[in-house]
Amino acid sequence: MDNIQLTNSEKILSKKPQKEKNILLWLKKNLFKDWKNVLLTIAAAVFSIYIFAKVLSFLFTSDWGIVTNNIRLLMIGQFPVEEIWRVWIGVLFISALLGLSWGLWRGVIGHVAVVIGSILLIFGIIPYTEESSKMYLFISAALIPAFYFIGRKANFLKVPTLVLWILYLPVTISVLNGFGMLDPVSTNVWGGFLLTLILASAAIVCSFPIGLLLAVGRRSELPVIKYSCIVYIEIIRGMPLIMVLFIGQLLLPLFVGSEIQLDNVLRAMIAFTLFSAAYLAENIRGGLQSISQGQFEAAQALGLNNIKVMVFVILPQALKAVIPAMVGQFISIFKDTSLVAVIGLTDFLGIGKKMAANPEYLGKYLEIYIFIAFFYFIFCFLMSHVSKQLEASLGVGKR
Amino acid sequence: MKSVFSVGKLETPLEKREEIIKVTKLNKWYGDHHVLKDVDLAVKQGEVIVILGPSGSGKSTFIRTINALEEFQKGEIIVDKIALTDDLKNIEEIRKETGMVFQSFNLFPHMTILKNISLAPIWVRKWKKAKAEQIAKELLERVGIPEQADKYPGQLSGGQQQRVAIARALAMQPKIMLFDEPTSALDPEMVKEVLDVMKTLAESGMTMLVVTHEMGFARQVADRIVLFDKGEIVEMGKPEDIFDNPKHERTKAFLSQII
Repeated sequence: MDNIQLTNSEKILSKKPQKEKNILLWLKKNLFKDWKNVLLTIAAAVFSIYIFAKVLSFLFTSDWGIVTNNIRLLMIGQFPVEEIWRVWIGVLFISALLGLSWGLWRGVIGHVAVVIGSILLIFGIIPYTEESSKMYLFISAALIPAFYFIGRKANFLKVPTLVLWILYLPVTISVLNGFGMLDPVSTNVWGGFLLTLILASAAIVCSFPIGLLLAVGRRSELPVIKYSCIVYIEIIRGMPLIMVLFIGQLLLPLFVGSEIQLDNVLRAMIAFTLFSAAYLAENIRGGLQSISQGQFEAAQALGLNNIKVMVFVILPQALKAVIPAMVGQFISIFKDTSLVAVIGLTDFLGIGKKMAANPEYLGKYLEIYIFIAFFYFIFCFLMSHVSKQLEASLGVGKR
Repeated sequence: MKSVFSVGKLETPLEKREEIIKVTKLNKWYGDHHVLKDVDLAVKQGEVIVILGPSGSGKSTFIRTINALEEFQKGEIIVDKIALTDDLKNIEEIRKETGMVFQSFNLFPHMTILKNISLAPIWVRKWKKAKAEQIAKELLERVGIPEQADKYPGQLSGGQQQRVAIARALAMQPKIMLFDEPTSALDPEMVKEVLDVMKTLAESGMTMLVVTHEMGFARQVADRIVLFDKGEIVEMGKPEDIFDNPKHERTKAFLSQII
């Protein structure tokens, strides 16, 4: 730092930051500068190598049979084998949609498509997957690039694609369930990663609009609306999630009457949605409060009515400001779905726990939990990554 | 160009024109604080009124009541034959006819300049997008920054932003323009470019109410000067009378402080 002189700032500015060309020089400068540095470097290296070796030897010497023999169980739980094509329809449908959206919008959706495609391919290649599934896996993986090219060519498909996205969850759930047309597959046998994904995506998709309305409602000037929103938000936030799940199981049937049979999964979905909505509402309210009064006034002065002021001017800015907080909430609800174990559903983690209790795989806890943790991580990291990219792409022209 | 920017020079002399704004006995309180006291003002079509006064005198509050950004408790405001009441419909009608320019610009930072200007014409006036954007471009040309159409507000200088804000207000083709200290937040070298745009606008026959501290502008452009102090109109008259021959003590005190 000695060479910085304020009188000679032009010279410094014109100098590009130096890039270390010589790796040895870099090492010497950053890792082996003096004896303290050398000591720390060696200690850190020894420790890292030790941990790395331990992990590697565990990964390669343990018996992964508990995972490889049970992939189907982990993914879809007790879903009947003869109806498994229904699950594949869901997978094929979303692969096509992902590919199409990638082609239409590019950007971060491409990252998601590539990750999902890779997972499908990996499962298609590994020898532990059942032969019948391999075909579906390869077709799904192939659909992504195929529809990517369709999307690139067919710009007019934007609106239909959005409609398909909205329809995706209801259609998939109907197909899985049967809904009158097919033989019903009771939700009692839904399980594994399938159940986790369905619960989480339903909760995320449904809680967003509810949370938005609650957030806007809480700022309303009409006392009835304002205070009902506050009461709702505060009551939900004052309860543990497990309790909300129990309430969903026990109280919802009372409210809707005994004529309508709500099954377990649906009740869990409603509970997660109601819970998540309250938290989202507070996140979004934070965003609304960050918008200056001047923005409201400018929009009103132009003659826009309250709804248009919100839709065109306030919400786009407010939601952008709270993307990190909202995605944090989505990630947390995704992981919280593992709590459905307490109401008798076997989600991804739940089924792993059951397997580990099987005498055949005695003491194989670590293997199964590492696999499950890795899977959770991929999906949570993907969400986190999407949020980051989204922020960056929406940051254009930010003050 | 005339169609989008100018109202057309009014032929009739000022005295014989119709009143477009009529404010009678306007009173406003913030809690116990009486901010507007029996304010009476009638503005004729095409008249340029500059409102002067010390800060806290209620001049900004006054013009903000005209397009219902502030409520008032007593009195009557009639804008373009519409009485300003609590009725949302009336408020929206009045806002359609009055453009407003703020001290802090208040452009929408997430939209391009073109979108900023064409938003309200598309969603309030229900114009086709192509028409709204065409007019937005013409307006940008008139305020001298056609090349900035696809930028975002954050990429523009203060003076440019304020000119966009004027264009945005004009895009709704209002009959009245309200300016709330439009140059107060600007760097000194940018004040002139904004005042020039306002001057052209005044010459084109627009009815304008301007709250400002720019005495040069007031003297040169105003048809009438209104002097506010402590929530009341203290004195009102032609610029030369007010500046050269003030009658009221408070006017004299105010003018002596700023000139």
